[in-house]
Amino acid sequence: MASLVIKDLHASIGDKPIVKGLSLTINSGEVHAIMGPNGTGKSTLAKVIAGHPDYTVTGGDVLLDGKSVLEQEADERARAGLFLAFQYPSEIPGVSIANFLRAAVQARMAEGEEIDAAAYYKRLYARMDMLKIDRKFTSRSVNEGFSGGEKKRCEILQMAILEPKFALMDETDSGLDIDALRIVSEGVNTLRGPGLGVLMITHYQRLLNYIVPDFVHVLYDGRIVKSGDKSLALELEAKGYDWVKRELAAANA
Amino acid sequence: MSATSTPAIRSAIGAFKPEAFAAHLASLPPLPSWWIERKRAAYERFAGLPLPARTDEAWRFSNLSGVALEGFAPAASGPSAPAISMGIKKSARLTFANGALISRETLDPALEKQGVIIDSLRNALTRHGDLVREHLLAQPARLGSAKFTALHEAFLSDGAFIHVPKGIQIELPVGIFSHALGDGIAVFPHTLVVAGENARVSVVEYFGSGGDEENQLAIGANDLYAGHGAQVTYVGKQDWSHRALALQSNSTVVRRDARVQSLNLHLGGRQVRHESLSQLQAPGAFSEMLSLSVAHGEQEFDQRTLQIHQAPDTKSDLLYKNALLDRARTIFSGLIVVDPDAQRTDAYQSNRNLMLSEDAEANSLPGLEIQANDVRCTHGATTSRIDPEQEFYLQSRGIAKAQADELLTFGFFEEVLNRLASDELHAALRALIQTKFKR
Repeated sequence: MASLVIKDLHASIGDKPIVKGLSLTINSGEVHAIMGPNGTGKSTLAKVIAGHPDYTVTGGDVLLDGKSVLEQEADERARAGLFLAFQYPSEIPGVSIANFLRAAVQARMAEGEEIDAAAYYKRLYARMDMLKIDRKFTSRSVNEGFSGGEKKRCEILQMAILEPKFALMDETDSGLDIDALRIVSEGVNTLRGPGLGVLMITHYQRLLNYIVPDFVHVLYDGRIVKSGDKSLALELEAKGYDWVKRELAAANA
Repeated sequence: MSATSTPAIRSAIGAFKPEAFAAHLASLPPLPSWWIERKRAAYERFAGLPLPARTDEAWRFSNLSGVALEGFAPAASGPSAPAISMGIKKSARLTFANGALISRETLDPALEKQGVIIDSLRNALTRHGDLVREHLLAQPARLGSAKFTALHEAFLSDGAFIHVPKGIQIELPVGIFSHALGDGIAVFPHTLVVAGENARVSVVEYFGSGGDEENQLAIGANDLYAGHGAQVTYVGKQDWSHRALALQSNSTVVRRDARVQSLNLHLGGRQVRHESLSQLQAPGAFSEMLSLSVAHGEQEFDQRTLQIHQAPDTKSDLLYKNALLDRARTIFSGLIVVDPDAQRTDAYQSNRNLMLSEDAEANSLPGLEIQANDVRCTHGATTSRIDPEQEFYLQSRGIAKAQADELLTFGFFEEVLNRLASDELHAALRALIQTKFKR
């Protein structure tokens, strides 16, 4: 069974520490939700794990199947089985979704090995149908001129094609109307299974009605301050983040 | 300022001494005397003109020490050429090796019946002398290479001649292959396209060497003439040896309601200068000038353009895109000239540079010279780096940095490739550009 282990992770942007000693273990088959108020390091955590060059890891480790990924470039981590679903996916003019996904699939093959185009398109179209993405989208430029919902569905499409071991989903619900949220959630739920571990970052509990997590963690000031099962999300919804802050203040007093 | 680094031995004629010119003339078959006289006059002009100097505005930013004519010999005869596929269906095909025609295939049998001429320039000089005389190198060299255009004319051995008569439309492109084979050789490729009234033709030309280590000189030119209502598409794929010095002068004449689209792709060469002149001579004329370059290593691509609007209601649209890697340099200098009576001119000029390296250098000199008062002219130049967020996005999908940059370069080029009407040609150009990234 695969595992993603985050061990006492510290990370900064410039001189500013953002992640301050975060530990979490995700096993394949599990869905973990990380919730927290804005500005507590949720998105940073996802980018640090994925290998964004703007962040510096100042302590701790991230292990994929027992092997540290911190020395690897973002593309090596992705090929090792990590996937980041972006909160704000980049628009890439002139690069079609078909060419982009092909390059990503090709990157996972041995040198000299060629994609079986017929099989590739068959799989691509099946995933697009599942996510209710018009097949004409393959010739459109990546994310260019897409609505918020289209961008997020396109993220899930990539995840479905690349079949990662662990998906880091950064605010996948943001900017989605209820129909788009349902489609995206159905897509994720279809991909859920013993071969996939998910770290879902969200500000709102709403997403968790659609993608029910096995574990819920509260992130505050760069650390996990509270963990529980899905009922913790409901409690947060009812009591607000101030409840966690007060508890924390009381404990530190 | 310290002494110039130009070697003292660099002479204005280099290897092209009078004896070499005499030997060239002696090697030619009997040709019309007017042509031989023009060659003699051209040789005199070449010998009399100095090499470009630091003070020449037309050569600003160029590496002048790289423009040396020593150590080359005009190719004597044509060896067999390598088989290269353009990846497109063609109506006819001409292959040249070291300036000599080595094969001519007409793939569409209807062409001859329609009076279409696809032949060597040598044959055309004898058989269609008036047409050749009217159009061959008939336009002034206004972009700085008068000396090299004269050298081209003097040593021009053979080239391609395409004439599509009035009302004839050729669907599939004519393919022209120009090979330079061997170390130290000089070639002078030429393509002359004359499209008659309402004719339509598309020409795809490939320039290549035997190997990337061959030190070569290529001084080429082409003349495109689009008669009343004609439509001409020209695609030039420059893939010379990475040690070649290439100087190319292209001239386009567009008559009433005619349309010319040209796209020049630059991949090869050590130092490449490409001059492109478009003359919009009658109302309704339209010239679309496109270029794509991938410059790597220490390559220098130097492009100089001139869009001249000589009549009212004419249009020109220039879009040149360069991708620069390593320590490569590009120069773009473009000028739009609108003559006093060319009212309602619509002219556009844009040079965009994508820097894939901190050490590359892109120089851009856009310019306007407008003497009419009712015109729409826009020009601009931009230089940008790869967007690190786009690069990270691609990397986060498992695509290595080099491949990510290649994809982003293709994304950058797509705007130009999309201007081509032929999907097949679009795909063939992509495939050729890809070979450069695989080197």
